[in-house]
Amino acid sequence: MTKNGTTNGNGKASVLVVVQMTGGNDFMNTLVPYTSGLYYDSRQTVRITEDRVLSINDKLGFHPAAAPLKEMFDEGDVAIVQGIGYENSNRSHFRAMDIMHTAEPNAISTEGWLAKAITQLDPDGKNVLTGVSFGRGLPRAMAAPGVRVTSVSDIDSYGLMTSVDIKEQRAEELDIFKRFYTPAIGSGATMSYLQQTGDDVLSGIDRLQTVPGRYESTVEYADNPIAKSLRDVARTHIAGLGTRIFYVQHAGYDHHAIEMPAHEKLLDELSGALRDFMADLREHDAAEEVVVYAFTEFGRRVQDNGSGTDHGSGGGAFIVGERVDGGLYAEYPSLDPKTFANGEDLAHTFDFRGVYATLLEQWLSVDSVDIVHGKYEQLQPFKVTQG
Amino acid sequence: MSTGAVGARTDPALLAHLYRRAGFGATREQLDRLGVQDYEDTVEFLLNPTPEAGVPDDILARYMGGEAPHAYTATWLFRMINSECQLQEKMALFWHHVFATGLAKNEHVLAASDQIELFRRNGLRDMRTILLDLSHDPAMIFWLDNNENHLGEPNENYGRELLELFSLGVGNYSEIDIKNAARAFTGWTFGQPPPLYPHGYYPADFRFDPADHDEGEKTFLGSTGNLDGVDIIDIIVEQPACAAFISRHLYNFFVADEPQVPTWNDLPPQDPELVGAMSEAFLDSGGEIRDVLRVMFNSDSFKNARFKKVKSPVELVVGVLKAVGEHDDFRFGLAKYAESTTVVMGQKLLDPPTVEGWHTGKEWIDGGNLTERVNFAVGEIGDGSSPGIRRIVDRLVEGDSLSTPESFVDGTLEAIGPIEVEDVTRAALVKFAVDSEGDDDRSRVVRMLRLTVSTPEYQFA
Repeated sequence: MTKNGTTNGNGKASVLVVVQMTGGNDFMNTLVPYTSGLYYDSRQTVRITEDRVLSINDKLGFHPAAAPLKEMFDEGDVAIVQGIGYENSNRSHFRAMDIMHTAEPNAISTEGWLAKAITQLDPDGKNVLTGVSFGRGLPRAMAAPGVRVTSVSDIDSYGLMTSVDIKEQRAEELDIFKRFYTPAIGSGATMSYLQQTGDDVLSGIDRLQTVPGRYESTVEYADNPIAKSLRDVARTHIAGLGTRIFYVQHAGYDHHAIEMPAHEKLLDELSGALRDFMADLREHDAAEEVVVYAFTEFGRRVQDNGSGTDHGSGGGAFIVGERVDGGLYAEYPSLDPKTFANGEDLAHTFDFRGVYATLLEQWLSVDSVDIVHGKYEQLQPFKVTQG
Repeated sequence: MSTGAVGARTDPALLAHLYRRAGFGATREQLDRLGVQDYEDTVEFLLNPTPEAGVPDDILARYMGGEAPHAYTATWLFRMINSECQLQEKMALFWHHVFATGLAKNEHVLAASDQIELFRRNGLRDMRTILLDLSHDPAMIFWLDNNENHLGEPNENYGRELLELFSLGVGNYSEIDIKNAARAFTGWTFGQPPPLYPHGYYPADFRFDPADHDEGEKTFLGSTGNLDGVDIIDIIVEQPACAAFISRHLYNFFVADEPQVPTWNDLPPQDPELVGAMSEAFLDSGGEIRDVLRVMFNSDSFKNARFKKVKSPVELVVGVLKAVGEHDDFRFGLAKYAESTTVVMGQKLLDPPTVEGWHTGKEWIDGGNLTERVNFAVGEIGDGSSPGIRRIVDRLVEGDSLSTPESFVDGTLEAIGPIEVEDVTRAALVKFAVDSEGDDDRSRVVRMLRLTVSTPEYQFA
């Protein structure tokens, strides 16, 4: 196998776009084991019936709302990683998401897995746009002490002291601002973090402000938060600012009740946004170097509760891109109750740290051992390139 | 408690600290007025809100009524800015952080605002009352699906979060306790109000459905019997873990930033002595929150913890609005601060992102949020024409603060705080004072104020 790292056939640096499906996506109702009697036994209400499934083989099929994802799968651009998890899966959203963010199930860590990748991609911290997160708040995956990343809530109005309309005054005040936010020795941890953040904002701002003006596209994204975020990723990537890792979030997957309509809406939004995103990149000849990784913190309980599903384990993830060797990876978790974790949850079949190692080593060409705290079995989800 | 000694005065910097934490800040005029009594009297005043000192509901309804979410959040901001009962409003916000319930799912503004009213009414009382309120609250029942928690088909959502996030914290119960707590709350539901269109909002009322309640034997934290939700709460509030968990929450909200809640089982509190004293007050008083807060506010740890907490977006925004003084009286335009300004900084009132509530402390700050915070504060100070800023400018221009660059900087920090800043910040402000010498006095002061609210220190309470 050829290392796919910094060049991916088209000579451009590889880019990873991470999509967080917040709340615990119901993997069983995303990729449905539609011929399994056990599935219908345990899912009396919260179920996708065979006639609605978009089948990909004689056992599994996509949720009907995920039709755009199914199309991309048929075109060979989607790797589905089935049964991701870890031993003693944690059912608390918050702890589970922390574990996903830090790749550390056994201890509390403050170091995000992507932040640690950024220190390898940009060891001297030259480009604060190496890692960019769009949307509300910086996820812990992108944060680690001393790692400089950029978080943007609204790219169209990004700038500092924008209300000061006398140009000379604004320049003078921004110069003083720069002095406030010069990281100083001896400040407390939170204060130095704040100073560093202000410094990073100043260095990122001038370049990010150029993004909207440099973008034109015939692709019309839908009007929802994940579509908006992925459009921001596309615009920034196309502008060529050297970003290697993007992070976006799609919230609302915690369906304890009234799951059927709510889950359908989310899968429709996400898969439509992914299709438009890839089309947009292709239109700008900027698709081949990009891979999307969509994940969630855990799967949901096998047995439904009459209206929704409670927290479980054995989730799944999607790797999307032109360089992806589409298909099914790892094994679908067994629906045989004898194999269940805690007597009621899907047992995972593949360690999530192995998926991270795959993306880190084979896509971003960074060393994964320190990031995932060991060596884990990897997948081979990328096409082998010549040379 | 209070000596009430004639001539007792409180250091304005300490009083400003108390008001930033127990409330949403205070203007210089308020500090001057409150400074004549001693510190503990002020704490007692804050701990014992009276209806007379609050903002009258009928006036708020007349000027700011309506059923849209922003009508309610605007009235809440108005109370945060103007109510004398600052701690009552701060406790409503505290419980909103801990018992985070989101409008994105509930979509019922009246139920959401009724929940905040519960926190305002009983937020300083005992933990048993507070958890009983919460378990009967339709917004919470719907948010965590207790209306879908049925006999024979338990839904664990409320049972789990009640233990994990609302009372005990991870590590102080088992999965079996969760299942049995869920069973104990079966049948706790609400009556569906008439549809919004065309009826408007009607309150949702708590209902208990005996036919849907699990009367079987359950074991919860060592007690066995036909337990119902009230029994579960009675057992919870007697647990030392509950005293410790709620005390740590209060410490994290009022004293100094702790790591995020999911780590608390693994990482001990940074100030075990104070949290321990607070837990003791909790257990001694049968969970009286007022008693716990009294111990906390009067402790040296609290008094010394100045600028140790990152302001939440709501704290930052309300603090600036208080200083600017445009909303000391009823007028339109408050809604945008709750519906847009704090939202782009990462906090939407009535709509926390998840049941875990907002991640606080350092996690309030990233490049995007910091940009929004600075731009907002600078924009509000603006050209200095607002009444609050005019008062500050008058004070500085008419006094002798502008005589030297250093006194100009110190006078400004005093007038808008008092705020304490690091040397590097002070040096930058002094540089501006020197560079701007000879410019128009009023314009210089406004620009100095703009810079002061842009400092890293201004992000801390």
